[in-house]
Amino acid sequence: MTAVDASRNAAARERSGLGVFTQDALLQIFLIANTFIMLFPILVMVLNGFKTNAEIFSSPFALPNFQNLSNFEAIATGTSFVRYLFNSVLVTGLSIGFILILGTMAAYAIARYAFRGSGLLLLFFIAGLTVPLKLAIIPLFILMRDLGLLDTQFSLICVYTAMGLPSTVFIMTGFIRTLPRDLEDAARMDGASEFKIMRSVILPLARPAMVIAAIQNLVPIWNDFFFPLVFIQTESLKTLPQGLTTFMGEYNTNWGVLFAGLTLAAAPITLVYIVLSRQFINGMTSGAVK
Amino acid sequence: MATLSLDKVSKRFGETEVLHGIDLEIADQEFVVFVGPSGCGKSTLLRLIAGLEPISGGTLRVNDADMTRVPPARRDIAMVFQSYALYPHMDVYENMAFGVRILGLTKDEIDGRVHEAARMLQLEPLLKRKPRELSGGQRQRVAIGRAITRKPKVFLLDEPLSNLDAALRSQVRLEIARLHREIGGTMIYVTHDQIEAMTLADKIVVMNEGRIEQVGSPRELYETPANAFVGTFIGSPKMTLVTARREGRRFSLSDGGAIEADAPADAKGDVMLGMRPDALTLTRDRTAEGFEAETVYTEYLGNEAYAYVRLADGTMAAVAVPPNEDYGPDEPVRVQARSGMLHFFDPESGRRLRHGSLADERGDFNRVEQARR
Ligand SMILES: Nc1ncnc2c1ncn2[C@@H]1O[C@H](COP(=O)(O)OP(=O)(O)OP(=O)(O)O)[C@@H](O)[C@H]1O
Ligand SMILES: [Mg+2]
Repeated sequence: MTAVDASRNAAARERSGLGVFTQDALLQIFLIANTFIMLFPILVMVLNGFKTNAEIFSSPFALPNFQNLSNFEAIATGTSFVRYLFNSVLVTGLSIGFILILGTMAAYAIARYAFRGSGLLLLFFIAGLTVPLKLAIIPLFILMRDLGLLDTQFSLICVYTAMGLPSTVFIMTGFIRTLPRDLEDAARMDGASEFKIMRSVILPLARPAMVIAAIQNLVPIWNDFFFPLVFIQTESLKTLPQGLTTFMGEYNTNWGVLFAGLTLAAAPITLVYIVLSRQFINGMTSGAVK
Repeated sequence: MATLSLDKVSKRFGETEVLHGIDLEIADQEFVVFVGPSGCGKSTLLRLIAGLEPISGGTLRVNDADMTRVPPARRDIAMVFQSYALYPHMDVYENMAFGVRILGLTKDEIDGRVHEAARMLQLEPLLKRKPRELSGGQRQRVAIGRAITRKPKVFLLDEPLSNLDAALRSQVRLEIARLHREIGGTMIYVTHDQIEAMTLADKIVVMNEGRIEQVGSPRELYETPANAFVGTFIGSPKMTLVTARREGRRFSLSDGGAIEADAPADAKGDVMLGMRPDALTLTRDRTAEGFEAETVYTEYLGNEAYAYVRLADGTMAAVAVPPNEDYGPDEPVRVQARSGMLHFFDPESGRRLRHGSLADERGDFNRVEQARR
């Protein structure tokens, strides 16, 4: 390379460097602002969980006295919070479990076995993406009543599983199709049964996609207020979003306790989300199937 | 102990038949190599033997037991894939142990087998690594190790070396030959590479368009190709084919000179001549007997050299020349044949025409017929 070339290149690099710098800076500013906007309500929720009603109304954004745990004590002793939490974990956990198991099995069959109507089956699942289940609440209610499932947690699990399957089948079918077929053939030559291939080869490799499916189903199911409201009457079967409404009285609401309850309700799902995202990112970077 | 026998095995994908009635006998402990141009059905045939694709017609027997409809898990056959197909989420040890575990052996036996294979393939230091942390050659060895831990009756290898660089390829080739000696077993090996085929095979199966063209030892295929296809496919540089008119011992190209050769009894009228580079010589003497030709370019390889010449009918012919002789482009030359080294084919069917006595011819003919059947 000649000296002229070198200097010209350096100049070009500087110019583009400056451009990249301003671009980067703008992006960073935007992202930071966005983070702030997103986190601010959550922060207010957490802070107000440590305040009394009076404190909340006089200084909603001030830092509280973190030693004041009376709201949390009130929740633990004076409400069915723990019961609601347990119900939510049960319903969400089982729903996600069913979604992943059934969705992955359906996706594996659609992606790998040539059978009549496999394309139609995939279309059928995908069509589910276009139907908002809430529109079908009245037929669903009648169905649950006729099946005798009203006022059971199983009704919720059924609806959530049905709700989650279309997107899961869609994601998993696409992903399994990208896995090299030779791997399954190799396992077949190793003497593995179809079930063993699924469990020992496909499932571990499909984990990143399963994490995506889990993440994108987790929050809506955990937060869902609508279906429990319609299906569940019994106090001891209520899930968190539904249960927390009992904290809001008709005439006066203890906002401090409500915020504390919300904080506690959001905490587990946030943690799970963080763990799963990390899994997902690990899966993405270490995937390297070839 | 495993002999394989294929009887009129055919394969259809939907409407298209890609293998047409393959007949083949493979003896115990034999090293068989399938060669043929791309798309001729080598991999498909291998997958039929493995059981990964259903056989459309005919029967496959292993040790006289009908295996046509038996699933791969119960055929006792192992396969090494071109893409290696190592399980990415398992380390080397687990990859090699996967199949043995399914056999239901005890922990000690599994451990013993994996370590035995690892030692044989020099994989011991790598047992705890994941496939992505291995080089291409190491992955290849793990893939082979995974096949041998199950101690199968038959090994199938589909172009196992094609992803390796040249130096590594010849090294792993030697290892495969050594492994075959050490562990025995019947091996079926698919390759594009002639050197692999010639050096490894007890028996080469030349395929073309879903049919077997010839089966034989490397020497048989090279010295007595059953037809023009096999003649041009085996040997490098390629055999040159020209159609010449026969008058007694003279074979002439129209306006292109003639050569003299001992002709087989059944060569009449037009004959297709198969000329390997070492069966031909060049001379600059333009008055000499021989095919008229013009040099096009020369390939100098150090210990040998090939001149490529254009004959009067436009055919390009490769001629082995002494490396110390230089030919420029566009030199007029004469191409002569060494006696007894030409191959003669029927210009219509491409079938080999025979030298020598009638009895010999019959014997040869029967052998070829058998190979074709
Ligand atoms: N699943 C399939 N469906 C339809 N046709 C197929 C299928 N698999 C292979 N074929 C066809 O069968 C023929 C033989 O393919 P095959 O893979 O056996 O060739 P090959 O000899 O192994 O070639 P190569 O040397 O390139 O690997 C090809 O024409 C191919 O297009
Ligand atoms: Mg192939």
